[in-house]
Amino acid sequence: MNNLKTDPSKLKNEEMILNMGPQHPSMHGVLRLELVTDGETVKECIPHIGYLHRCFEKHAEALNYQQIIPFVDRMDYLSSMNNDHVFVMGVEKMLGIDQTIPKRVEYIRVLVCELNRIASHLIAIGTYGMDIGAVTPFFFCFKEREHILNLLEWASGARLLYNYIWIGGLFYDLPVGFEQRCSEFLTQFKPKMRELDELLTNNSIFISRTQNIGVLPLDVAINYGCSGPMLRGSGINYDLRRIDGYSVYPELDFEIPIGEGKMGTTGDCWDRFDVRVREISESIKIAEQCIERLTKELKRSPEFDPRAKLPKKLIPKAQEFYCRGEMPKGELGYYFIADGKSDKPFRCKARAASFSNLSVLPELAKGAMIADLIAILGSIDIVLGEVDR
Amino acid sequence: MNEKISHLIKESFGEQSVLSSDFSGLQGIIVVQTNLIADICLLLRNHPTCYFDYLSCLSGVDLGLEKNQFAVVYHLSSITLGYQITLKVIIDHPRDNPQLPIVPTVSQVWRTADWHEREAYDLLGIYFEGHPDLRRILCPDDWEGYALRKDYVAAESYGGLKINGEVKTNE
Repeated sequence: MNNLKTDPSKLKNEEMILNMGPQHPSMHGVLRLELVTDGETVKECIPHIGYLHRCFEKHAEALNYQQIIPFVDRMDYLSSMNNDHVFVMGVEKMLGIDQTIPKRVEYIRVLVCELNRIASHLIAIGTYGMDIGAVTPFFFCFKEREHILNLLEWASGARLLYNYIWIGGLFYDLPVGFEQRCSEFLTQFKPKMRELDELLTNNSIFISRTQNIGVLPLDVAINYGCSGPMLRGSGINYDLRRIDGYSVYPELDFEIPIGEGKMGTTGDCWDRFDVRVREISESIKIAEQCIERLTKELKRSPEFDPRAKLPKKLIPKAQEFYCRGEMPKGELGYYFIADGKSDKPFRCKARAASFSNLSVLPELAKGAMIADLIAILGSIDIVLGEVDR
Repeated sequence: MNEKISHLIKESFGEQSVLSSDFSGLQGIIVVQTNLIADICLLLRNHPTCYFDYLSCLSGVDLGLEKNQFAVVYHLSSITLGYQITLKVIIDHPRDNPQLPIVPTVSQVWRTADWHEREAYDLLGIYFEGHPDLRRILCPDDWEGYALRKDYVAAESYGGLKINGEVKTNE
């Protein structure tokens, strides 16, 4: 079977082909890396993906827009809310109803998205520590993530794949008492982040494993289409929540953390990690502002119906539209072609953040040690469900 | 801005390089000549008026059985200036033609196009001329056919095994 790209007969005497993955915990799913190594040094790294390909785009052509949402959930299964939000925004824009969505619905969407962003970053941080050899932070992160999953389960009925944000509204209003419990969680969570900083971010063993490793210069990052913490870790202030200002993000006050090269070179693994840690605190800030508005001027009332604006007929005009948004991993985009006759998209292409982020790996891996390759891969924070779709 | 970009392309590559353009929708679309796409992309990336340094998305499209056309759509965005534009090339390709539709690669302009083009090749069977490493990316190497084409018939077996066995109901 020819499953290698490298020709073994052309290898030099000291070189060796090594397969990493697909089934190994540090591959973060089912990713296979074909390495050409010289001793401990990686000469070449060729990623083989597609083990989790589930034909999302083909399915999408056979389903109507509302029915696609559960499939969208399963792309990046660690941040389903964010996937849904971008998808729903795109369809609403095409239908021309994006300005009629009630403010309370928008704030609830942003609140659950930011909670989901925190959960996703907690996994990234926890598993990254585990990759490097620090096991304790993993349990710290999963304990806190559990609280978020409980909250989201309370709202939507599911723990991971929510199908909560619908085109034109929401599945249900938040349950009574959600805001209260959510703000309680955020209050107890904030000191935990400082604990995590002491345990991992400023840990000297962790720093020496990640500083100056996998340095991604800014021009390379842009050329490879990196986005999210990958791009910001290289030191550019580029966040679509700010650039496009979609949903209610322009009304909210938050900072955009960027990599500054505090522990070495700008754009190294530590910078990318640090951007994620600081993004969690920004997400807490956003969530707190959302809760404040949801309990004051946008208070729940018995008349409020999150399904009131659901369109009866879901047939957009004939057009094409590329909708993008910021999810925890980076820029998520959907390219729709609507034919104007049916409620099914003629073509629906997903531009996944992890897919483009992963494509830079061969560039970063060249000349790295095998142990550092694990550190580099972990700092990219991929979800294979999204890479393979 | 859209007109400016369209004008810039016409100025550098002649009137006939832009086949049509549509700026009435939500996003501006410029349809350009297929053989010029790589040069146009390079110009738009480097030119100081637009500076499209970021390729957001590259998608292959099968435009349907009646039209017998394929399209490749490029979503460009400029991080420096904040613009977005959509470029498009359309290739006539009758279904009975055993050859694949050919488009020049832009992977030397943006490296991110490498994987996106491999995906379009894998799922739609669009051949990107000059691509450094055009292999299937999502489907297995020995997969037959191109799944996202509108006339694709789902494979019955793969690797000697039936894909969808008989569905039996509980009786």
